[in-house]
Amino acid sequence: MDFEDSEDEANYRAVVRTWLEANVPNDANGKHRRGVEGSESLRSARSWQARKASAGYACIHWPREWGGPAGTPIQSVIFHQEESKFVTPPNPFHIGLNMSVPTVLAFSDQKTRERFGFSAMNGDEIWCQLFSEPSGGSDLAAARTRVRKTQDGTGDWIINGQKVWTSFAHIADFGLILCRSNTDAPKHNGLTMFWVDLRSQGVEVRPIHEMNGSSTFNEVFFTDVRISDNQRLGPVDGGWKVAVQTLMNERLQSDSSGADWIDVLKMARRLPSIYGKSALQNPAVRQQLAQWYIQSEGLKHTRNRVITALSRGHTPGPENSIMKLVRASQMQDLSHAAIEIMGRFGVVDEAGGPEERSLFQDSLMWAPGLRIAGGTDEILRNIIAERVLRLPRDASHDKS
Amino acid sequence: MNFDFSDDQKALRNQSRRFLETACSMQRLRRILDNNEATYDRELWKSIAEQGWLGACIREEHGGLGLSHLELCVLSEELGRVLAPIPFASTVYLFAEALMLAGSEDQKLSYLPRIARGDLIGAVAGDDWIGSIIPLAQNRRTSFDNVGVTAQDCRLNGIKSAVIDGGIADAGIVLAREQDLLSLFIVNLNAKGVARKKVRTLDPTRDCAQWQFGEVLAERLGRPGQGSKILETVFDKAAVLIAFEQLGGADRCLEMAGLYAADRYAFGKPIGSFQAIKHKLVDVFVKNELARANCYFGAWALNTNAIQLPIAASAARVAASDAFWHASKENIQTHGGIGYTWESDCHLFYRRACLLSTAIASPEIWKERLVSHLEYQAEE
Ligand SMILES: Cc1cc2nc3c(=O)[nH]c(=O)nc-3n(C[C@H](O)[C@H](O)[C@H](O)COP(=O)(O)OP(=O)(O)OC[C@H]3O[C@@H](n4cnc5c(N)ncnc54)[C@H](O)[C@@H]3O)c2cc1C
Repeated sequence: MDFEDSEDEANYRAVVRTWLEANVPNDANGKHRRGVEGSESLRSARSWQARKASAGYACIHWPREWGGPAGTPIQSVIFHQEESKFVTPPNPFHIGLNMSVPTVLAFSDQKTRERFGFSAMNGDEIWCQLFSEPSGGSDLAAARTRVRKTQDGTGDWIINGQKVWTSFAHIADFGLILCRSNTDAPKHNGLTMFWVDLRSQGVEVRPIHEMNGSSTFNEVFFTDVRISDNQRLGPVDGGWKVAVQTLMNERLQSDSSGADWIDVLKMARRLPSIYGKSALQNPAVRQQLAQWYIQSEGLKHTRNRVITALSRGHTPGPENSIMKLVRASQMQDLSHAAIEIMGRFGVVDEAGGPEERSLFQDSLMWAPGLRIAGGTDEILRNIIAERVLRLPRDASHDKS
Repeated sequence: MNFDFSDDQKALRNQSRRFLETACSMQRLRRILDNNEATYDRELWKSIAEQGWLGACIREEHGGLGLSHLELCVLSEELGRVLAPIPFASTVYLFAEALMLAGSEDQKLSYLPRIARGDLIGAVAGDDWIGSIIPLAQNRRTSFDNVGVTAQDCRLNGIKSAVIDGGIADAGIVLAREQDLLSLFIVNLNAKGVARKKVRTLDPTRDCAQWQFGEVLAERLGRPGQGSKILETVFDKAAVLIAFEQLGGADRCLEMAGLYAADRYAFGKPIGSFQAIKHKLVDVFVKNELARANCYFGAWALNTNAIQLPIAASAARVAASDAFWHASKENIQTHGGIGYTWESDCHLFYRRACLLSTAIASPEIWKERLVSHLEYQAEE
C-alpha cells in the first residue's frame, strides 16, 4: 500500500508536467468560477482546449474510432491531477465531453463520429445536455417534450416543448435531447433520444438568473423544430436506456474547487472570538474542523482507492458514489460556519475584509446548486440504496 | 497509485473471515455474554495463537511471524466484524506494541514469544480518568492528577480503576507518577501486592477490572519520564488498529440492517423500499466509506511509520468511532421492536461501539489532538 505511481504512470506524469509547464497560458484566470464570463474568457477556454487536443491531452481515454488518443483512464486521471495544480481557463466543455458527446458517438455511425468527435474535443463546438424539464428533473422519464415523425416521407421528426436548467446552452452549439415519442406506452418505453443543433429554426435559448447572481443555465424552447432521422440515437421509444447510459458516464475528475477545512483553519487563526481568544481556540470551532477534515480526507482517500482500482485495471467499486453527496453539504455547512465566524462582516460583500471571504461567499451561494445539479441529494440516496445496498425499489417508483 | 491492500492481504481477509464465521459465531459470543464467570473465549484465543495472529507483527527472532502492520489491520477488521470476545487489542495493539517500541532486548525476549504463543495476556493502564493523558502537539502537558499510581524505587502503589481485559491479563504495563515524572512499568499481575476486582461495563463480552497495587515490585519499561511519550505513540498505533475493528463492526451492522430491511414487510411492502429507511442506511454507508478511507490512510501511516501518523491515527479514530456508533444505533432502529430485545444481536454491536470509542480516550479528545496537529502543520 502506497501512493506511488507505477513506472509507466510516473513517466506519463513527468511528460505531462513538462508539457503543462510549457503550455499553460499565463493569462489564465479560471479561479473558482464555474461559468464563462464574456467572449474573452470563452476564447481563452477554446484555445486551451485546442492546445490540449493537439497534444493528445483532451478526452484522453476516448477510443480511436471517436478520434481520441485511446489513452487509459488512469492517464486521464493523472493529467487532470497535474492540470489542477495550475490556474487554467474556465471549462465550459465538460458536460458535453463527459456526458453528451460520448453518447452521441457511441450511438451513431462513423460519418457522424467524424463530424462531431474532433470538433467537440478541440473545443470548436460546445455541447449541452437537454434532459430536465419544468415538469420534472428527478423524474427524468416523465419528460414531456414531444417528438413526432413527419408524414411527408422524409423520415424527419418535429420537436415541440421546453427544457430547463440547461447548463451552457447559451454558448452551446448542439445538445443531447430526450423526447417523448409515444404517449400511449408506459413512461419509460415512450422516450427517444436525439442530438439537436441549437441554431435550428424554432430553438430559443433564454438564460436564467441563478440565485448566486450568475447565469450558467437556461430555458430552451422548441417550436416545430425539424430534425432528420439520422439524428436519432438508439431505437425509437428506446431512449430511456440511452439516457441511463449517459448518466452512467461518471466523472472521475471531481471538482476540487470551493472552500475547504484548511481555509476555515487559516482564517479562524487570525480572527478574534469570545474571551479575547482567536476563533481557532474556540473548542466548538475545533470540533467542527475535525469533522470537516475527516470528510475531506475521507473523500480524498476514497478517490485514491478508485484511482487504484483503475491503475490495476479493475472497475472501481461503489465507493465513488458518495463524492458529491458528501462534498456538497460539507461545503455548504463549512462556508456557512465561516461566515458566522466573521460575524456580520461575513455577509458584507465589498472589497477588503478577510482574504478568504469571497471564497466562502461563493461556496455558500454555489452549494445549494451543487446539492441539486446532476441528481439531488435525495435521488443520490435512492440510487445508492438501490444499486449499492441492494434495497428494494422505491415504493413511489411508478412505471405508468 | 497503489492505495489498497495487496491480493495476498485480501486473500488473508477472506480466509480469516471464513475461519471466524464458525470459530467466532454469535452463539459463541453469547456464551460469554450470558455466563458471568466466562471472561473471554479461550478456545478462540488458542486457535488464533496457533494461526500466528497474536504474533503477526512480532519479529521472527521474538517468536512472531514478522508480518507488516497491514496484515494486522486486515485481521483487526475481521475480528471487529465478529465482535471477538478476546483480549486481542490489549495484548497485541497495546502491550506488545509498547514492548516492541520501548522494551529492552531482554524484555522483548522474555515477553514477546509468550504473547505469540498465546501464553501471555497483556493489558495497558495509562491515565486513570478521561483520556486526558494524550499530550497535545503544542501543549505537551500531562496532568499528574489522573495517573492513580505512584512509583518509588520500582515499587508501585495506588489504583488503576477500569482496565479493559485487566481481569484476565497476566502482565500489565502501568503508567505511574515517579516524583515529577511519568514513567512506565511492567507488572506481573499475579505478584504479591496486586489486588484485582472485576469491573462491570456496558459490554459484558469484554473483560474489565480494577488493579490495586500495594508495594508491588515492578520492572521499568523505557527510561524514567518517558511514559507519556511512549504511550502517545502506542496509542496512535492502537488507534488505527482499533479503528479497523470499529470499521468491521460498522460494516456488519449495515449488512444486518440491509438484509432485514429487504425481508421485513410493513404496509404490504418491504421496509427497505421506504425512503426513511433507505436514506438512513445510505447515511450509514457514507459514514462507513469515509471511515474506511481514513482507516486506509491510517494503515499506510502505521505501516510506514510516517510522520503523519498522529494526524492519520486521529482521523481514523474519529471517523471510525463515529461510523460504528451511528451504524449500531441505526441498526437497532431498522429492526424495530425485535432490535430492542436481548435475543437480537443488535445490542452487542451497540455495546461494543461504546466500549471501543472510549477505550483509548474518547473521540472528542482525539479531535482536539487532530486539530492541534493540523494547526501546527499549517504554521510550517
Ligand atoms: C446548477 C444546475 C445545473 C444544471 N444543469 C443541468 C443540465 O445541464 N441539464 C439538465 O438536463 N439538467 C440540469 N440541471 C437540472 C437538475 O438535473 C434538476 O434540477 C434536478 O435533477 C432536480 O430536478 P427538479 O429541479 O425538477 O426538482 P424535482 O425533481 O422537482 O425535486 C424537488 C425536490 O423533491 C425531491 N424529490 C424528487 N423526487 C424524489 C424522490 N423520488 N424521492 C425523494 N425526493 C425526491 C428532490 O430531491 C428535491 O429535493 C441543473 C440543475 C442545477 C441546479
